[in-house]
Amino acid sequence: MKEEEIELIKDGKRLDGRGFEELRPIKIEVGVLKRADGSCYCEIGNNKALAAVYGPREMHPRHLQDAKTAVVNYRYNMAPFSVDDRKRPGPDRRSVEISKVSRDALDPVILKEYYPKTAIDVYVELLQSDAGTRTAGINAASVALAAAGIPMRDLVSSVAVGKIDGEVVLDLNAVEDNHGEADMPVAMVARTNTITMLQMDGRFTKEEFERGLKLATKACHEIYELQRTALIEKYSKSVGEGEE
Amino acid sequence: MYKVVVPGDFISDEVNRAGEGTYVDDGKVYAMNYGIVHDKGEIKVVALSGKYVPTNGDIVIGKIVEISFPYWIVDIASPYEARLHNSEFGRGTERKIEFGDMSNYLDLSDLIVAKVLNVDALMRVDLTLRDEFKIGDRGRLIEISHTKVPRVIGRSGSMIKLLKEKCNCFIFIAKNGRIWIKGREADMNLALEVVLMITNEAHTSGLTDRVAHFLDSFKKNREGDRE
Repeated sequence: MKEEEIELIKDGKRLDGRGFEELRPIKIEVGVLKRADGSCYCEIGNNKALAAVYGPREMHPRHLQDAKTAVVNYRYNMAPFSVDDRKRPGPDRRSVEISKVSRDALDPVILKEYYPKTAIDVYVELLQSDAGTRTAGINAASVALAAAGIPMRDLVSSVAVGKIDGEVVLDLNAVEDNHGEADMPVAMVARTNTITMLQMDGRFTKEEFERGLKLATKACHEIYELQRTALIEKYSKSVGEGEE
Repeated sequence: MYKVVVPGDFISDEVNRAGEGTYVDDGKVYAMNYGIVHDKGEIKVVALSGKYVPTNGDIVIGKIVEISFPYWIVDIASPYEARLHNSEFGRGTERKIEFGDMSNYLDLSDLIVAKVLNVDALMRVDLTLRDEFKIGDRGRLIEISHTKVPRVIGRSGSMIKLLKEKCNCFIFIAKNGRIWIKGREADMNLALEVVLMITNEAHTSGLTDRVAHFLDSFKKNREGDRE
């Protein structure tokens, strides 16, 4: 199946005017949901993700409890209106897979042994989607987990790299994803450069892969700083206002 | 000055001072919680949020959610339910509570003040009753995050003393973040407002002074209204 050819790179710039190594604008807001124990709203370009964390709370059904640690549940869900063609609501093959890999991306940093027999529920809703929603979801969920007061080793940051018109570029948007040659979402702990998720759709040569991973690592460090700033600013507004 | 950290933030090289809310990796101390660093003696990170986990000796306010002979199952605002054995009644006497009789002593949705007797490795929580344990219909119950409890009490009880004095209320703060207030309607409204103010500004400095100021100006306004 050969699709209509689209020129994705013009005069060394991408269709949305970005350079090859440039992220889309990112906005992160902490504590947006009143009833959740921790929450975060994250915008990456046209992606809009809302993460809510509940727990640690009692695990139901009981037989799924783990006597030694907490159990992390993650639900990735796209709103029916989040894409151009209405998405049929409810879990499907794709969202079940993304929920699974996202859970596994966050699991290694959560210190689950502090809350045995409980469940930590993470719900990620995509309100608007423009490629790279799982990475937006992971970024939001990681901040929401911290905001919920769950003990963690680190925050997880996530970004995708891809290949369009033969060039390795950072953070694909929907057009680039649909007409490009490869897409590789990466999640990592920025402090230690530990990769917690890595998927690839399409083909990279070994050199392209290495270059892509390098780009993603650098971008994850940028995103980590934004996540950290969002969390700290939530409290720094009032800190220091009072007299010593 | 307070310093806010997020999980994974580097705090110090002094591994032997690493305390609660921190972890050690490769000879360095990192934050494990999203919270505020306390750097006196032990290096601690006091979390800004999180769920209450009972420990032995805590005084908690619980709500009866189930009766399952010979236990009452008690919700203590925690991921873990607690249980209260029916022998807690009439301790030291020969009196025994029969199977169908338990709800006559404590019924569903009754509130009690209890002490955590024991928490075992499987996180089974046993409670024991204090002398004055039953919370009657009078008064109100406020639920706040247990992380804010030390702030509502204040350094060596300064904040709670101030509250009790100025609001003219009976106020009881339990370790699990539940607060029982008893007094006149208007006094309880004031106490509620102040407790919410403390929880919203728990991470700021000079809070006790601000609360005192707030209470004084409130008093003045009220006296002004009366004239």
